[in-house]
Amino acid sequence: MRKLSYFILSGLLLAGMISCNNGSKGDKKKGALGSNAAEKVYVAPGEYDEYYAFVSGGFSGQLSVYGLPSGRLFKVIPVFSQDAEKAWGYNEETKPMLNTSHGFIPWDDSHHPDISQTNGVVDGRWVFINGNNTPRIAKIDLTTFETTEIIEIPNSAGNHSSSFVTENTEYVVAGTRFSVPIPQRDISIKEYKGNFKGTLSFISVDPEDGGMDLKFQIMMPGFDYDLAHPGRGASHGWFFFSTYNTEEASTLMEVNSSQNDKDFIAAVNWKKAEEYIKQGKGKMMPAKYAHNVYDEKTHMATSTMKDQVLMLDASELPELVYLLPTPKSPHGCDVDPTGEYIVGNGKLSANLTVHSFTKMLAAIEAEKFEGDAYGIPILSFEDVLAGVVEQAGLGPLHTEFDGKGNGYTTFFISSEVVKWKVGTWEVIDRAPCYYSVGHLMIPGGNSREPFGDYVLAMNKITKDRYLPTGPEVTQSAQLYDIRGDKMELLLDFPTVGEPHYAAGIRADIVMKNSKKIFKLEENEHPYAITNEGETKVTRNGNEVHIYMSTIRSHFNPDNIEGVKVGDKVYFHVTNLEQDYDVPHGISMIGANTSELLIMPGQTETFVWEPKQVGVWPFYCTDFCSALHQEMQGYVRVSPASSSIELSWSLGED
Amino acid sequence: MKTTIKIVCLFSLILLVGCKDSEKQASDSTSTEATTTTTNTEKQGQAFLKDDEAKPTVLDIAIGSPDHTTLVAAVQAAELENVLVNTGPLMVFAPTNAAFDALPEGTVEDLLKPENKDRLAYILKHHVTPGNYAKDFIKKFPSLGQASNENIVVEVKGEDVYVGGAKILASVPAGNGIVHVVDAVILPKN
Repeated sequence: MRKLSYFILSGLLLAGMISCNNGSKGDKKKGALGSNAAEKVYVAPGEYDEYYAFVSGGFSGQLSVYGLPSGRLFKVIPVFSQDAEKAWGYNEETKPMLNTSHGFIPWDDSHHPDISQTNGVVDGRWVFINGNNTPRIAKIDLTTFETTEIIEIPNSAGNHSSSFVTENTEYVVAGTRFSVPIPQRDISIKEYKGNFKGTLSFISVDPEDGGMDLKFQIMMPGFDYDLAHPGRGASHGWFFFSTYNTEEASTLMEVNSSQNDKDFIAAVNWKKAEEYIKQGKGKMMPAKYAHNVYDEKTHMATSTMKDQVLMLDASELPELVYLLPTPKSPHGCDVDPTGEYIVGNGKLSANLTVHSFTKMLAAIEAEKFEGDAYGIPILSFEDVLAGVVEQAGLGPLHTEFDGKGNGYTTFFISSEVVKWKVGTWEVIDRAPCYYSVGHLMIPGGNSREPFGDYVLAMNKITKDRYLPTGPEVTQSAQLYDIRGDKMELLLDFPTVGEPHYAAGIRADIVMKNSKKIFKLEENEHPYAITNEGETKVTRNGNEVHIYMSTIRSHFNPDNIEGVKVGDKVYFHVTNLEQDYDVPHGISMIGANTSELLIMPGQTETFVWEPKQVGVWPFYCTDFCSALHQEMQGYVRVSPASSSIELSWSLGED
Repeated sequence: MKTTIKIVCLFSLILLVGCKDSEKQASDSTSTEATTTTTNTEKQGQAFLKDDEAKPTVLDIAIGSPDHTTLVAAVQAAELENVLVNTGPLMVFAPTNAAFDALPEGTVEDLLKPENKDRLAYILKHHVTPGNYAKDFIKKFPSLGQASNENIVVEVKGEDVYVGGAKILASVPAGNGIVHVVDAVILPKN
C-alpha cells in the first residue's frame, strides 16, 4: 500500500512540477528568474551600489549601513548601545552620549530610522532614529556616519511612534507607547484610567547644524501611541499618530486592549500648536531629560540635564487634535506621497483602512463630530474614509508607496507583501516573505518622491533560510524589484540584530558629502597634540595624563616609567595621520575597557588603572601598516610607595 | 497508514503551492523556453520545514488528527497552510469531520471547488483568532475577533465553553498557538 502511494505520489509530483515549469516562464525579457535576479543585484568589484539603506538594528540598539541592491554591509553605526569595536560608550569622549535622567544606559532598542528632508524630498544630511526603551532620539550625521546627538524624551515611556520627520525637517516626532502618570508619581496601577496620560513630542531641528531641541509636547489621553507619519503637500502641517488601547487597560493587554472595534488615528495640527505657543497658551512644566551633543571639533560629547518642557493640553486647546476612528488596533500609520491618504493598518484585521485628508478637513469644517475623548473631537468613520483594501491578507502592519500610485503593505500572519492601487483599493500583486515580515522600506518612501525601484521587506523569522547557527538564527531582509507590474524577489540577506525598519536614499546624494579625515589643525580636544614634539606625561595626584600620538608605525611615547599601582592613567591618543582610511587602534593589557579606534586627526581617551607591579605592554589594534606588528609600547608600573619620577620616551635606549 | 496520509498531504501541499506561484506568472507567458523553477519555489514557506524537535504547529496537529481530514482538505484547497505555521500566535477552532458532515448535503463538496476558494478561505479564517488562550481563559472574553474580520460570541454554559455557537470538545497546545476541537462549523455572517 505504502509503495503504491509513493508511486502515485511521485507521478503526481512530477506532473505537478512539469505543469509548474510550464507556468513559470515569466516575462520573456526577464528570462530565468534565478539568473536574472543575480544580475540585478550584482555589483561588480569596485563598483558602487545605487542606494544606501540605513537598517535599524532593533534590539542591537544600532544602525547598519547597507548598499542596495547588493545587500552588502558597510558599517554598523553605534547609536544607543556600547560598542567595544569603536569604543562607543567606552572611551571618555562618548560616554556622555549614553547619559540619561536614569544615569548611564548602555543599551536601547533602536526602531525607526528616517532621513532628513528639504521640500518634501530626502536630502541625505542626517538620519534620525528612536530608542524605544529609555525614550530617546538620536541624530546620525551623514558626513561622518557617526551619532552626533541624542536627546531624551521626558513624560514618555516606550518611544515607539518615532522618529519621523516633517517635510523640511522642521520637527522630528516622538509618541509614547506606554501612557504613564504625568508627572510621574507613586499611584496604584489600578488608577490608570484618567490618571495616566500620553504625550506626543515635537523636537525641532536646526536647519544649519541639525541641533535638536524639544520644542513642545502635547498632552494626550492615556492611550498607547504606536506609529506616526507626517502630512505632506496639502497636509503639511499635520502629523498622524496611530493609537491602540483606547480602552485604557493596564493589564492583560492582548485581551483588554482589543475590546473596542475601532481605535483612533490622532491627527495633530502642529502649525496650530505653534500658534498656541505664540499666544502663550503652552505651560512650562518640570521635566528631567538629558541632551547629549558630540562636538566634531573637540571630538567630545557633553551631556546637559534639562529641567522643563513646554506642554500643550489637547483636551483644553480646540482644533489642535482630531481623532479618526480606525478599526482593530491600528499599528502602521502611513501617508501616501501626495499627502491625501492616511493608511491605518489594523493589526488584527484583514483589511486596510484608508482615510482622506480632504474629507477630514471637510468634516472638521462642518463640525461633524461623533463625540469626544477627553474633550478631543472624534470624527465619524464614514465621513473620513477614502476606501478599504478588502481582505488583502492577514495581520497588516506597514505600508509604503512607490510614487507611481501603488501602495505596498506587509502582512505579518500571512507573511507577504501585497501591492495595491491607491484610489481603486484593489489588490494587484502579492509576494511571499520568508518569514513573518514586519516593516518594509522603499528608498525615499517617507517623502513626496519615493525612488520606487525596490522594496526591502524585513523579516523577523528565517528558520530554514540560512545555514543553521543553533537556536538563534539571523533575521533577514528581502529585496524585491518593483519596477515591473509584478514584484520580483531578488535577494535575501542576513541583518544585524532585528532589522526593525529602514530608510533608503540614492547613494549619490550622500556619498559626495562623506568626510575622509578630521583636520588636525581643527582639533580642539583639550588633550590633543598636533605634532610629536608636544607629547608628554603629567601627574596630578594619582591621575596620570599621557598626551600620546600615533603615526605609522609607532606610538609616541612608547616607553613610560613612573606609573604606580593605584594610579588612574588616562591615555589621550591623537592620530596624527591625515591620510584617508588610516585609523589606529590602541589597547592596554588589563585595561577594564575596550580598545580605542581613532580616525585620522581625532583624539580619543581611555583609562587604565594598573593593579599589578610590572612592565605592561600596549599595542595598535587596527592593522595600520606594513609595520603594524611593530607598533607597540611599554608602561612600567611600580609599587604605590615608589618614588620613581615620571619619564617618557621614544627611541631612547 | 497514518504516516502515509501525512506524506500524501505534504506532497499535495508542495504541489499546490508550487503551482500557485506559477499561476501568477503564467498569464503573461507564451514562451516555451525551458526554465527551471528556482529553489525558492520548492521552499514555499514554513509549511514545508521539516522539524522533528520543535513542538508541532497548529497545522501539524490538524494534519495528524484522523478526526480532521475534512478540515485539512479544506485548508489545502484554500491554500492557507503557510498561514497556519506562522509564528502567530494562532488559535484555531477545528471542527471535526462530524461537524462538517452535519452541514447540509453537498455544502463541503461545493466549497472545495476551485471557484469557491475565496469563500472557503473566508470561512476557514473565521475559525482562526490571532491569540493563544486556554479554554478557561476564553471565558474572559465577551467575544473573539477572528481573522475573517468578524467577531464571534463566547458563551459559557456550566463547564462548557461555546464559541460562535460551537462547543469546545478538546484542546491541544501547539508550538505556534492552540487548537480547540469544536463540534460545529462556525458560519460567518458575511
